[in-house]
Amino acid sequence: MITVGADGIKAVVPPLSDADVESLTAGDRVRISGVLYTARDAAHGRLLPLMEAGQPLPIDVRGQIIYYTGPSPARPGHVVGSIGPTTGGRMDKFTPRLLSLGLKGTIGKGHRSEVVKEALREHKGVYFGAIGGAGAVLSRFVKQLEVVAYEDLGTEAIRRLVVEDFPAIVINDCWGGDLYADGMKEYARE
Amino acid sequence: MREIHTSAIADAVKKLCMEANYALEPDMLRAFDRALATERSAAGRQVLEILKDNAQLAVTKRIPYCQDTGFVVCFVELGQDVHVTGGLLVDAINEGVRQGYTEGYLRASIVRSPFDRVNTGDNTPAVIHVDVVGGPALKIQIMAKGGGCENRSKYKMLTPAEGTEGVKAWILECIKTAGPDACPPLIAGVGVGGTFEQAARLSKKALFRELGSPNPDPTLDALEREVLDRANRLGIGPQGYGGDTTVFGIHLLAYPCHITSLPVAVTIECHAHRHKEVVL
Repeated sequence: MITVGADGIKAVVPPLSDADVESLTAGDRVRISGVLYTARDAAHGRLLPLMEAGQPLPIDVRGQIIYYTGPSPARPGHVVGSIGPTTGGRMDKFTPRLLSLGLKGTIGKGHRSEVVKEALREHKGVYFGAIGGAGAVLSRFVKQLEVVAYEDLGTEAIRRLVVEDFPAIVINDCWGGDLYADGMKEYARE
Repeated sequence: MREIHTSAIADAVKKLCMEANYALEPDMLRAFDRALATERSAAGRQVLEILKDNAQLAVTKRIPYCQDTGFVVCFVELGQDVHVTGGLLVDAINEGVRQGYTEGYLRASIVRSPFDRVNTGDNTPAVIHVDVVGGPALKIQIMAKGGGCENRSKYKMLTPAEGTEGVKAWILECIKTAGPDACPPLIAGVGVGGTFEQAARLSKKALFRELGSPNPDPTLDALEREVLDRANRLGIGPQGYGGDTTVFGIHLLAYPCHITSLPVAVTIECHAHRHKEVVL
């Protein structure tokens, strides 16, 4: 579900529909509340053979958002340590297939491949950017955390987070929009 | 001969690892403020403000500035009048890393082999470079080097004919291709000259210079300033959202090289530039 706040910032609450994704455009600021799943290189590496074999995944990705992150350990009494995004491009190999299974969003930082951008158009998906290196600030928006798969991977395990007003920005929308390209064009001086 | 026990080395490294990850150095904090004064992009200014908040939160709550608490890269200057007692220098450094990362709630990001990729669980081992120097002191510099920006570091063997202009163009090319992936604003550590491995090593070592300080060599200082200005005209901006602050600094170290060669290594460093040092 997506609603627009009085300040123009869009409130994003998974699960997301095609129509929700279609309402987002590159450069939109959003606040995400509800469930996010964390997964990065190693977890994606384990999901791939399952997807190739047509087997069920440990999480139901339909309508959901995957956050590319490997948090630092929580101090006693804290939900999580530092939890900022990792580079999304390393997951390019896996993302089109996850989108084809109904995944609606990913959160990371950095460029995605043309193949992923095309898959965002085809399957109605969105790529959000969170501020890389702002892991201490971003930890404040995480209210619950639970490991749901691949605990042996440590920081790379799949975690189910409950977040509240997690700040992000639309980098790539399902219409071919690209904040990185737009931003650079606007400010380039040579 | 002055004796330094390995326990003192481990203890020092432990503290450096923890403090580097919680407390950005003042040179970084000043860079945020300088950029805020000139950045035209509203989105870029907002990113810089959040990064300042992040630095403040990290140091007060003792939570890492970035969840990627890095690969520990350690430069040691070992005075040749020092005798390390109680074990091996390298083991002492790794023991300090182990203690710092486990006791400091820092992330374990190192796998024991690039092939089987099993996490070592305590962020060891460090990458350790040792120079033997004169005197009775032991200097330890550590950097918690983030992986995302390291992945955008590059090396190129230029020809002498490509010259200074070729070096500048290559540094700019590295910054451009690093772009949003490497968490700008960036710092480029540049090693020019020597051999393949020497240039790469210098590109890391160069990052320890205080950000904003001039290169002691006026010619290299002019080169750094020119490349910095051109890099900040690329438009990439903080986090790549568009803007004027793509790079905080270019830090270059040069070394004599072969008549056939012009090696240039560029280490890309992100705004989470976590470095500390101690002299024992």
